[in-house]
Amino acid sequence: MTGRLLVAAAAAAIAVAPLVASTYHVLLMLPFMAYAVVLLGLNLLFGYAGLVSFGHALFIGIGAYTGAFLTSHCKIRSLEVILIAAAALGALVAAPVGALCVRYVKIYFGMLTLAFGMVFHTFVLKFYRLTGGDEGTPFLRPSLLGRSLEAMPKIDYLVGPYYYYSLAVLVLATLCMWRIVHSPFGLCLKTIRDNPAKAETLGIGVTRYRFHAFVISAVYAAVGGALLGPPIGNVDPTLAYWTHSGNIVFMTLLGGFTSFFGPVVGAFVFIYLQHWVMSVVPYWRLIFGAILAAIVIFAPGGLLGLLEPRRAAVRL
Amino acid sequence: MILVAEGLRKLYGEFCALDGVSLGVAAGEFVSIIGPNGAGKSTLINILTGLTPPSAGTVRFKEREIHGLGPVRLARLGMARSFQLVHIFPDLTVLETLQAAVVARLGRGTRLFASLARDRDVQREALEVAELFRLSDKLGALARHLPQGDKKLLDVASAFALRPEIILLDEPTSGVSTADKTAVMETLVAASRRIGLQAIIQVEHDMDIVFAYSDRIIALHQGKVLADGAPSSIQADQRVIDTVIGRRARAR
Repeated sequence: MTGRLLVAAAAAAIAVAPLVASTYHVLLMLPFMAYAVVLLGLNLLFGYAGLVSFGHALFIGIGAYTGAFLTSHCKIRSLEVILIAAAALGALVAAPVGALCVRYVKIYFGMLTLAFGMVFHTFVLKFYRLTGGDEGTPFLRPSLLGRSLEAMPKIDYLVGPYYYYSLAVLVLATLCMWRIVHSPFGLCLKTIRDNPAKAETLGIGVTRYRFHAFVISAVYAAVGGALLGPPIGNVDPTLAYWTHSGNIVFMTLLGGFTSFFGPVVGAFVFIYLQHWVMSVVPYWRLIFGAILAAIVIFAPGGLLGLLEPRRAAVRL
Repeated sequence: MILVAEGLRKLYGEFCALDGVSLGVAAGEFVSIIGPNGAGKSTLINILTGLTPPSAGTVRFKEREIHGLGPVRLARLGMARSFQLVHIFPDLTVLETLQAAVVARLGRGTRLFASLARDRDVQREALEVAELFRLSDKLGALARHLPQGDKKLLDVASAFALRPEIILLDEPTSGVSTADKTAVMETLVAASRRIGLQAIIQVEHDMDIVFAYSDRIIALHQGKVLADGAPSSIQADQRVIDTVIGRRARAR
């Protein structure tokens, strides 16, 4: 019950932020909400299925480039169409990649996903005509629910309609993921994470479930990637670079992969902390490296893990 | 015959773990496999459940060759097993573990947006099995926090939750205190009657348990069947006494 109240309070705070917070802080909420969508999906794979992907920037890139391509080359501006296309393309690419990767576990799975991520990064870097190479492709301002909003100043568009649109997508993505992890499918994923050999003797096909989790997480990453585009206005290969995959794994660890909202909290703290540290010292990666080390050593359950009392022996 | 094995042979390098083992298990039978350490008991169970492929020989379950089927399809066909070392899901509760087995049995694992908590069939069956195995008061406990005996019981209970036709238990009472062994076996037998289990095959070291509960005993020695028969004939078999049961048991 307390948990529900906290979530409702957080959602309400996000909803009123544009009315009370500075434009700077409100603008930072946009990548937070996009990353939150990505991480909800990533954690289905990480926290629930026990597979750590170091290549999910591939799917973020697919989502972002889908939006950039559609708005720049196809004159399609509808964000609804962009999100659906990003999700579909994410799933389409995730199917063969996932089919191969989920046959491996632990470091082999991580390295394979990393390899596919690097292949995609090289693709967007080198196929200049399609992707604009290292200069990237403009992500033109999308229309929201059929409204063009071209005339609106960019900041007003971002902190107004686009902000609430992103929030709506995040809420929908959260509700869907909540249902998924509390479904029979979610339970089967947890059995596979805990003991795949035992899961198989119960008739739970390990590879099939991992594959489904992989595709769902890719769809989330693609949708989140598409949401990242409009605030930046230009999609370039850094979005698909492997360090970006590392960042989202970091966000997940920071917030805590053992709880549903941990990664969302991780995304929030990461983004605000990054901007604050960047404004204070030039070497933000140095500071973040130390934070990551501290989290892994002293708080393996992440920030939300610190708030929770140690898991009791009996949990009802 | 529900399960038939013919000419099973298993080589690990030059070591021959099983050497021409044949057996058949009929509906209604409780079969115990006994033998000294290294006799090939666990290898036999692993081959019968499709976990390890034999070097030669065949296994047929319900008239169907099991080679290449794998544990997932065998579970769906009605074969369940438990392991010698407990296999649990450490971070799942007792209830979740049993729910997972029921979900798998009912083929509902791919229901992405259905609520597990509101699935009455799954809830009912999971609670039934928990009651059968006297785990009802520990439903919310994480499996890793259970005492060793309860972990073993949960492992076996999750296999029973599949409502299989045959169950293969690799030392179901290992790690259970001597005083609790009979209680575990009574629970097992009562549960198998309740779910309409057709046959049980167990590997067991405790001869009191073996002779008290088995309809048939198969004694293995150095990868071969030394004797196969009713408890009374096994008890009287001099070769079994010398190699497996030992003199103390004969004196009882």
